[in-house]
Amino acid sequence: MTKRVALVTGGMGGLGTAICKALAKDGYTVVANCLPGFPQKDEWLTKMQTEGFDLKAAEGDVSDYESCKAMIEKVEQDFGPVDVVVNNAGITRDKFFSKMDKGQWDAVLTTNLDSLFNVTHQVAGRMAERGWGRIINISSVNGVKGQAGQTNYSAAKAGVIGFTKALAAEMATKGVTVNAISPGYVGTEMVMSIRDDIRQSIIDSVPMKRLGKPEEIGAAVSYLASELAGYVTGATLNINGGLYYQ
Amino acid sequence: MARVALVTGGMGGLGEAVCIKLAALGFRVVTTHSPGNTKAAEWLQAMNNMGYGFKAYACDVSDFDSCKACVETVTKEVGPVDVLVNNAGITRDMTFKKMTAADWKVVISTNLDSCFNMTKQVIDGMTERKWGRVINVSSVNGSKGAFGQTNYSAAKAGMHGFTKALALEVARNGVTVNTISPGYIGTKMVMAIPQEILDSKILPQIPVSRLGKPEEIAGLVAYLASDEAAFVTGANIAINGGQHMA
Repeated sequence: MTKRVALVTGGMGGLGTAICKALAKDGYTVVANCLPGFPQKDEWLTKMQTEGFDLKAAEGDVSDYESCKAMIEKVEQDFGPVDVVVNNAGITRDKFFSKMDKGQWDAVLTTNLDSLFNVTHQVAGRMAERGWGRIINISSVNGVKGQAGQTNYSAAKAGVIGFTKALAAEMATKGVTVNAISPGYVGTEMVMSIRDDIRQSIIDSVPMKRLGKPEEIGAAVSYLASELAGYVTGATLNINGGLYYQ
Repeated sequence: MARVALVTGGMGGLGEAVCIKLAALGFRVVTTHSPGNTKAAEWLQAMNNMGYGFKAYACDVSDFDSCKACVETVTKEVGPVDVLVNNAGITRDMTFKKMTAADWKVVISTNLDSCFNMTKQVIDGMTERKWGRVINVSSVNGSKGAFGQTNYSAAKAGMHGFTKALALEVARNGVTVNTISPGYIGTKMVMAIPQEILDSKILPQIPVSRLGKPEEIAGLVAYLASDEAAFVTGANIAINGGQHMA
C-alpha cells in the first residue's frame, strides 16, 4: 500500500514543524507548505533531514485561492492524493480594536479563515470520493474565549470552529472527519517573542503554570489523523493546560 | 435626549421587529438597507403609517468606506449611535463541494467583516461617552454548524469570537458587546423553506415544536440594550426553542 499523504499548511513554523514530525513518525508522506519564496525553506528541509525526517515542501499562499489550487495540483502530481490536511498556517496582527485598521482585520481573516476554504476546497471532494480523509483545523484558545487586542484573531479562530462543524456535518457519511484543535499558549517562537514579563503573566494565568509543548499539539493531530479516531468529527479539542474549559 | 439605535438590515424579517421594539422603548431608530434595495421608501412609508418615524440610509455593510460614510451621516443628522445592532446578513447555502470562492467570500464579508466595518465607526464614541451597546446577531448554525452552510457557520461562529474579544477591550467603559444566536424564526427567509421540509426536518429538531417569532428576538435585543443589562457582556445568548444547548 502506498503511504498516505499529509499536507500541513504553515508546516515550517513552531507548531507546524512538530505536527510534520508527528505525522512523519506515523508513516505519512508529509508535505509542509510555506509561503512562496520563504527564505528558510531549504535550511528547514536540511535540518529536518539531519534529524531523520524526509519531509517535502510545497510553496503556496493560503490566503489566495488560485495559489492553493496550483499548489495542491502539484502536490498530488508529485506525491499522490492528499489524505490528511492540517490547516495550521496563521498570523496575528494584534491591536486594540480602536487602533486596528481594515488592513490588519483583512490580513488576519484572510490568512486564518478564508485559507480554510482555499485549501480544503481543493481536497475535500476527492477525499469523499475515496471514502477516507482527515481535515484538522488549528483554532486557538483565543478563538474560544476571546482575547483583548485580538478582535481579528478571535473572530477568525472562532470562525474556524463554525466551519469545522458545518463541514463535519456534510462529510459525516463519506469517511472524512473534520475537527478543530484549540491550543492554548504553546512555547513556539510566536509565544516566545512576547515580552518576558507579559509571557510570565500568561504562564501564571495557566492552571498548569507552564506553556504547552509543540509536541503535545503534534500528538493530538496524530491522534485525529489516525484510523481509530474515525468516529470523532465536528469536535474541538482544547489543549490549554486548563486555561479555559468549555 | 433619546438614545440612538442603529440596526443594520433593519428592513428584513428580524430587523423590522427589532426596529419596532426599540422605537417602542423610546430609542431613536435608524436602519440601513443595501444600496440596491428598491423597496426602502415603501417600507419607510408602511412604518410611518404604523406610527414609526424611522430613518433609513443606504449602506453596503461589507464595504468599510460605505459604513464610514453612512455612520457619519447618521451622526450628523440624528446623533451619535448608542446602540448598534449588527443584524444584516445573507446566506448562500450549498454543499462545500459546490461552493465557489465567491459564495464563500460574500457571506464572510457581509456577515462577519461587516461587524468590523460598522462597529469600528461607533465604538470610540461609545467608550468616550461611557455608554454603549453592541449586539451581534449570529445564528444557531454558528454554534452547532449546519450542512450546506460552511460559509455561514464560519461567519456566524466568527462573530462570537469578535464579540468576546471586543467585550474584554471595552468592558471598563460602560460598553457591552453581546451575541444573540436565534434558531429558526418565522421570517421570510425561513418561510421560504417548503412546508414539508419544515414539518419533516426542521420542527422535529425544536423541542418547543414551533418556529420563533421575530418579536421574541426583538425582546432579547431590547433587554441587551437596556440599562439593566449592563453586567451582561461577552455573552452568546441562545434563543432557539431548545434546538441546541451549548
